[in-house]
Amino acid sequence: MSIRSVVLDHPAPLVWLWEALSRLLRALPGAFRRLGIERSSRWVGVVEHPLKRAVFGCRECGQCVLHTTGMTCPMTCPKELRNGPCGGVCRDGKCEADPEMDCVWVQAIERAGRTRYALDVHLVNPAPDWRRRGRSSWVGYALEANEPLAGGGETPLSALDVLQPPGAP
Amino acid sequence: MSPVDQSTLERTLAAGHRAVAIEMTPPIGPNSGALRHRIETLRGFADAFNVTDNQTAKVHASSLAVSILLRQAGLEPVLQLTCRDRNRLGLQSDLIGAALWGITNVVALSGDHPACGDHAHVLPVSDIDSVNLVRLICVMRDGQRFDSGRLIPKQAPHFFVGAVANPFAPPLDYRPYRLAKKVAAGAQFIQTQLIFNLARFREYMSRVVDMGLHEQVAILAGIGLVPSYDLARHLRENVAGIDLPDDVLDRLTGLSREDQAKAGFDLAIEIAEQALQIEGVRGIHIMPMSTSDRVPEMVRALGLYPRPLSGSE
Repeated sequence: MSIRSVVLDHPAPLVWLWEALSRLLRALPGAFRRLGIERSSRWVGVVEHPLKRAVFGCRECGQCVLHTTGMTCPMTCPKELRNGPCGGVCRDGKCEADPEMDCVWVQAIERAGRTRYALDVHLVNPAPDWRRRGRSSWVGYALEANEPLAGGGETPLSALDVLQPPGAP
Repeated sequence: MSPVDQSTLERTLAAGHRAVAIEMTPPIGPNSGALRHRIETLRGFADAFNVTDNQTAKVHASSLAVSILLRQAGLEPVLQLTCRDRNRLGLQSDLIGAALWGITNVVALSGDHPACGDHAHVLPVSDIDSVNLVRLICVMRDGQRFDSGRLIPKQAPHFFVGAVANPFAPPLDYRPYRLAKKVAAGAQFIQTQLIFNLARFREYMSRVVDMGLHEQVAILAGIGLVPSYDLARHLRENVAGIDLPDDVLDRLTGLSREDQAKAGFDLAIEIAEQALQIEGVRGIHIMPMSTSDRVPEMVRALGLYPRPLSGSE
């Protein structure tokens, strides 16, 4: 068991770091705008991407959802699924595409349960906007640049919305 | 929307009948002889016929082409669309193409990874996932818009939107929520993975019913007609996401070729009968696995023939 997997299996401190960072980022949109969005994205990316690559195996999709997926990167799924596990998960929890690899979503769901964003695994994540690949998610977050879903739905959907009676999962 | 737009599958389910869908795997080579034979064998025994999209990540004739062929032969197709081989441009293009031919039943799925098939060296597209594809199809229908936001000219296409569910793959507790996500995205019917573990399927359905999902989506139970011990073993050992318990395999063990086929047939009938009694199950989706000739007998044995709305002869 590597240090990395120990860290990832205990996502609460990572979530705490994210929350601290997100507070900082929310104070910075003015600075990013003055600097220029492209330039900010490049500079912040110099820190953000190697760090996330080392810890999460980040693929630089530019639209990070880590804190909603138990700090487990969904883009490391061989199918790059952003909405939960496919039907090909093996009985031992391994991936159909690589029998050596643990299913990213089996891990994500388990780990999300150890954070205070456990219910966010039920959100429907929109399909990626590939123009954002390689850009900094942190700058995107600061600018609240999350464009409305390309597919047109403006409110985020959640699996929990359709439960009858509504309420406890 | 006029009732004329609705497919037989959609009308059958809306009328409260139990639905029957049969899988129709496209040919691998450029010869439609065997397919046309299957068409004649199965005509009238299902409300709709599922046309798979490069099943098991191996090249087959295109699901849209074969859906059109079925349509011209007078059978109602269900067009399967995987997210593995096309991006949003390609998927929408095929959907509009399907609408041009009056093909309205569609099933959105991720698709097996290329590593599972014989083209392990190719790039999986993964531009969009199955949940978002369900949503996209609903936006095309209900919002008359493409994913770009551009208006679809003249009229919105009509679709009856399906998805798949695997109650048997980990994480088991999460599976009903995965279904709920597809329902939230707009799925109207669901085809399940092959059922061999009825106990597990019952647990899953009881969760689904507790969550009230069965009232929002029509669930068709996946029934496999397994012709031999070897194939059962293959499914169990080599196909990811299939749960085929020991006692099921035992039923096919140590029998002659002929008796294996008979045991497989009996097994299918038994699973289908029991699945149809489970609350929330609205029909069956039969996967014949190269034994299409026995499917009519199976549909009759289940008391599901003639089909109420599809004008069977």
